[in-house]
Amino acid sequence: MQHEMVNHMKRLSLAAAALVAATVFVATPAFAQIDISGTWGNRIHEDWIERAPGPDIGDYTGLPLNDEGRARADAYQVSLQAMPERQCILYTVQYMVMGPQNLRITSEVDPISGRVVAWRFSGTVDRAPHTIWMDGRPHPSKNALHTAGGFSTGEWQGNMLVAYTTHMTEDMVWRNGVQASDQATITETFVRHDNTLTITMILEDPIYFEEPFIRSASFVLDPAVRVLPEPCEPQVEIQRKEGDVPHYLPGTNPFLKELSDLYKVPYEGVRGGAATLYPEYRKKLKDVYAPPAMCTKNCCGGVGGGVADRDQNCVKTDPAIKP
Amino acid sequence: MVRVRRSVLAAVGALVVAASVHAAGQAPPAAPAGQGGRGRGNPPPRPAKAAAPIDLTGYWVANISEDWRWRMLTPAKGDYVSVPINFAAKTIADAWDPSKDEAAGEQCKSYGAPGLMRAPTRLHITWQDDETMKLETDYGTQTRLFHFGEWKAPAGEPTLQGDSVATWEGPRPPAVNSAPGANDAPPPVPKFGSLKVVTTHLKPGYLRKNGVPYSDKTTLSEYWDLMKDHSGTEWLVITTFVDDPTYLQNRWITSLNFKKEANGSKWDPTPCNTRW
Repeated sequence: MQHEMVNHMKRLSLAAAALVAATVFVATPAFAQIDISGTWGNRIHEDWIERAPGPDIGDYTGLPLNDEGRARADAYQVSLQAMPERQCILYTVQYMVMGPQNLRITSEVDPISGRVVAWRFSGTVDRAPHTIWMDGRPHPSKNALHTAGGFSTGEWQGNMLVAYTTHMTEDMVWRNGVQASDQATITETFVRHDNTLTITMILEDPIYFEEPFIRSASFVLDPAVRVLPEPCEPQVEIQRKEGDVPHYLPGTNPFLKELSDLYKVPYEGVRGGAATLYPEYRKKLKDVYAPPAMCTKNCCGGVGGGVADRDQNCVKTDPAIKP
Repeated sequence: MVRVRRSVLAAVGALVVAASVHAAGQAPPAAPAGQGGRGRGNPPPRPAKAAAPIDLTGYWVANISEDWRWRMLTPAKGDYVSVPINFAAKTIADAWDPSKDEAAGEQCKSYGAPGLMRAPTRLHITWQDDETMKLETDYGTQTRLFHFGEWKAPAGEPTLQGDSVATWEGPRPPAVNSAPGANDAPPPVPKFGSLKVVTTHLKPGYLRKNGVPYSDKTTLSEYWDLMKDHSGTEWLVITTFVDDPTYLQNRWITSLNFKKEANGSKWDPTPCNTRW
């Protein structure tokens, strides 16, 4: 009897040790698993035109596009988006830093260990939901289904969440027809400094880009902002003949030089490409560029002096601004 | 029976102690970076250079993939899109005249820290001493100094690059314990973290080349982070806050991206220029 009791207590001892060990060594979160959950307000203090109203047709400035990327974008007609079968195609992960919307982030927590299994980024309006798996699962086969949200895994590196996304669908990077292919991948980082979250994305696409394309955007923690839902209901907006797909054949897009003409930017610069992103390019432009005398379009930019009216006066202003 | 109970308690107790040690190794210590707080007494802080959790030194080149038309080129007068300026700033920007700046010897007004960092420039970052990081730009040939530790800003007139106070953030390096009997070998410095730089005492200047102003009341706060893309290229991302009660309606938040370069072979110093 006493022998059985001793064995029982020994087993109890081992079980207790195992339980504590499991709790401590397995469940203790690695350093700096910072909480990034909450609603985050987008601050569009860069690229306001591209991210809010949308870029001009043919504006590829700042994009390391290759010739295939340019050709694909040149063929774009905006009314393509009005086709019922295309109205509800969602933007992929990259749109978090290229689009204008706010962001809701939640965590999925394992109820036993308390570990964050996944970070979930809400979809909104026309952007797909995005999940970053934190449990060490592998990426699927390269032949697996591609979706707008892609497949993402992440890990904390100190105070930075680093994620890698594959298996995305083809997607529009800018709303003027600039595309990323379904072979693109994205390295994402999320760093929280006080109540500001900076998200950086490096898109690598062997089909349409010459080199990695980096973008970053900052969001401010704000429980008052709205994160609009994503349901989409396609409707016939334009009557078309069956099989009619809006497009421009090579060399026929009449709008490609509008930006260059308006802002006096050399056409070569408007066409983008890796070489245009670095200081050497500015030196090339020195003798061929002179700014227009006065800004005439999109000068105010929402949060700046207000929003321009038809005469390009900044009229809709913040209460602090006296027109 | 009693012995067995004791063994259970001992096992649990040992694991709890081990757990505490394990957790302490992972949780952020209470003391700020490089400011001691470990061991007996008040051990001296680890010098900022030795405490650096990330290595920012070397050459970096600006990757102008955002706001290209406003950063790569001098934009038209009156183009202040994306900047949350107020009406006072709009009035000044609308009156921008580079020839007046040239006549006043103010060619560098767009090269102060808040405007400089958005320029198409290369950065060369070195340690001037154990507590001072030096940042040079070839664009406008400017120098910023980031002061760690107990540095006190000198009195005097505001300057183009202002006074910058720097701290390391993130996983905090423990201080070197100089107490008697302490282990001689300091624990390793964490590999991850951020640099925070707060710059004040700035001479008024331009946020943009085309005369969008900032005032002498401006505070520039920057967080510097490193990341790598999937092919291993190293990137520097600087999240930047500009607070200016005189000319901004609210905080201007941007983020800048620089790519690491192997050496300074492309370094090309140029002087300030009001128009280009």
